[in-house]
Amino acid sequence: MSFEKFFTKYLHEPDCHTLDFYKKNYQGYQGARKALHEWEPDALIDEVKASNLRGRGGAGFPTGVKWGFVPKKTDKPKYLAINADESEPGTFKDRVIMEKNPHQLLEGIIINSWAVGIHDAYIYIRGEYVFATRRLERAIEEAYQDGILGEKTLGKDFRLDVTVHRGAGAYICGEETGMLTSLEGERGLPKLKPPFPAVEGLWHCPTVVQNVETVANLPLILEIGSAAYKQIGPEASPGPKLYCVSGHVERPGTIEAPMGVNLLTLINEHCGGVWKGRKLKAVIPGGSSAHVLHARECDVAMDIESLAAAGTMLGSAGVIVMDDQTCMVNALLNIMRFYHHESCGQCTPCREGTGWLEKIVHRIAYGHGQLEDLALIDSVCDRMVGKTICVLADAAAFPAWSFIEKFRDEFVHCIEHGGSPEVKKRHPKRVGGGLRV
Amino acid sequence: MSDLKFSESGRKKYEWLLTRYPEKQAVLLPALRIAEEEFGELGLPEMKYVANLLGISPSRVFGVVTFYTHFRRAGTGKFHIQVCSTLSCALRGSQDVVDHIAGRLGIECGETTEDGLFTLTKVECLGSCDTAPMFQLNDDYHESLTIEDVDRIIDDCRNGSGKNGASGKNGGSA
Repeated sequence: MSFEKFFTKYLHEPDCHTLDFYKKNYQGYQGARKALHEWEPDALIDEVKASNLRGRGGAGFPTGVKWGFVPKKTDKPKYLAINADESEPGTFKDRVIMEKNPHQLLEGIIINSWAVGIHDAYIYIRGEYVFATRRLERAIEEAYQDGILGEKTLGKDFRLDVTVHRGAGAYICGEETGMLTSLEGERGLPKLKPPFPAVEGLWHCPTVVQNVETVANLPLILEIGSAAYKQIGPEASPGPKLYCVSGHVERPGTIEAPMGVNLLTLINEHCGGVWKGRKLKAVIPGGSSAHVLHARECDVAMDIESLAAAGTMLGSAGVIVMDDQTCMVNALLNIMRFYHHESCGQCTPCREGTGWLEKIVHRIAYGHGQLEDLALIDSVCDRMVGKTICVLADAAAFPAWSFIEKFRDEFVHCIEHGGSPEVKKRHPKRVGGGLRV
Repeated sequence: MSDLKFSESGRKKYEWLLTRYPEKQAVLLPALRIAEEEFGELGLPEMKYVANLLGISPSRVFGVVTFYTHFRRAGTGKFHIQVCSTLSCALRGSQDVVDHIAGRLGIECGETTEDGLFTLTKVECLGSCDTAPMFQLNDDYHESLTIEDVDRIIDDCRNGSGKNGASGKNGGSA
């Protein structure tokens, strides 16, 4: 079946982010108009359930099912919080939507808000995305001026206000409860679930939290219907998908393909193959939290079920490609430094565990490691996974486990030969000898 | 008491923000952004001013500001170069970019040049992995960098044409 691009069709048109362009070329806001004027909210929730749309932020939760958890009879206001914190290493797809096609997101927000009965939506965007913030704010301004948002959304007696809320640099605010705490004006510390945000979120009120790309799929579902939508990619997790490919490929970038595209097709056909004519060594398929895949495991479909069956996850679809000259010890050290830096410090297993993981991998890379360190890493990970408020601890443990399991020879080589070749090249004086930390 | 005060337009923006949230404290992060813009940086006096405005304790504001990495803290140079160092950028040479800048400016990461012009920081993933290596210069992303690009950008900053990093490949207005 031929695949028509939905998100990136007009990416290179200079004014693709404007309301005029969106209306003219995408039949912009027709989906939201249809939702408001032709669909009862409950039927709309059923339609989205029937489409099998799954969250694009990382967890892959069915969107319609999530909406169904929001209490119908409540005196409290309900809120929509769009997660645009995009901070999983290797992920940059939401930025593309917000910079190039902000109205697609706004239209999705209208559809989502109508289905759940929401009058206030917030877009929590990471602080570093200054350009995307400007584009979003401009798009919202256009939408208010055009009567798309406001007291009468698209001519319907239904108020909807959308506010952009800038974060300030913290990976943990991409975790949904951490994001909500941050939005309330606190340090972004995650909270225990339950209660889930759908029941008790922002200001103790029911709150739907959705990733940017997930919501931006809604106009398409309204346009073609759930039955046709389900035909794109695998039925259990269908739809067009944005894959972020980075690292050692000739042409890194955001690739739109049907959910379930083969990973090797993505690398070789869409991105020009491994750079400099080198061979593939490993791929992280779903952001740095995902289990790494060995080159021989890469003939796999990039959808939720297939990657789970391969022992990893689609996650945020951040595909990080590594060539045969990459030192896996050094690569893991980079990832461990990230999680140590980004742990919010609330839970001891994560605060201490991420620190120890970095320290142990660091000493292996710098020539002070011992063979027992590999078992020690395993035992530290064991004491982190599933023992904390949020999954940052798990996210740090998964790469540690999988890098060592699949590239054990390299770790052993580093331990037996005085450290990582990359580190030796860069810091010849700091490797080997001296005190073991 | 300090004589810090939002300008007329800052005040208007702040008051508009108050209408967008059901609870006042939610305006803290946006108010800190206004303070950052109006006062240039967030030091203790600026944090106290925002605390008073919102009726919360200065220590709480301090806790929030220091939890996040992206606020412009007191003592930051006029041009803050934040080089992304996470895996995708590291795989494509971000350390060479850091080393080159550090060598040219004569500072280590986390330091500011003596003339107060540049601060160099290594930061975690900026969500621009497909255009690695890259850095954020004040507000703007500079992407797919070569060493020549880095030299040109630093020169532009020095001779004034790089104000706010507007020469960025992805810079400019929305």
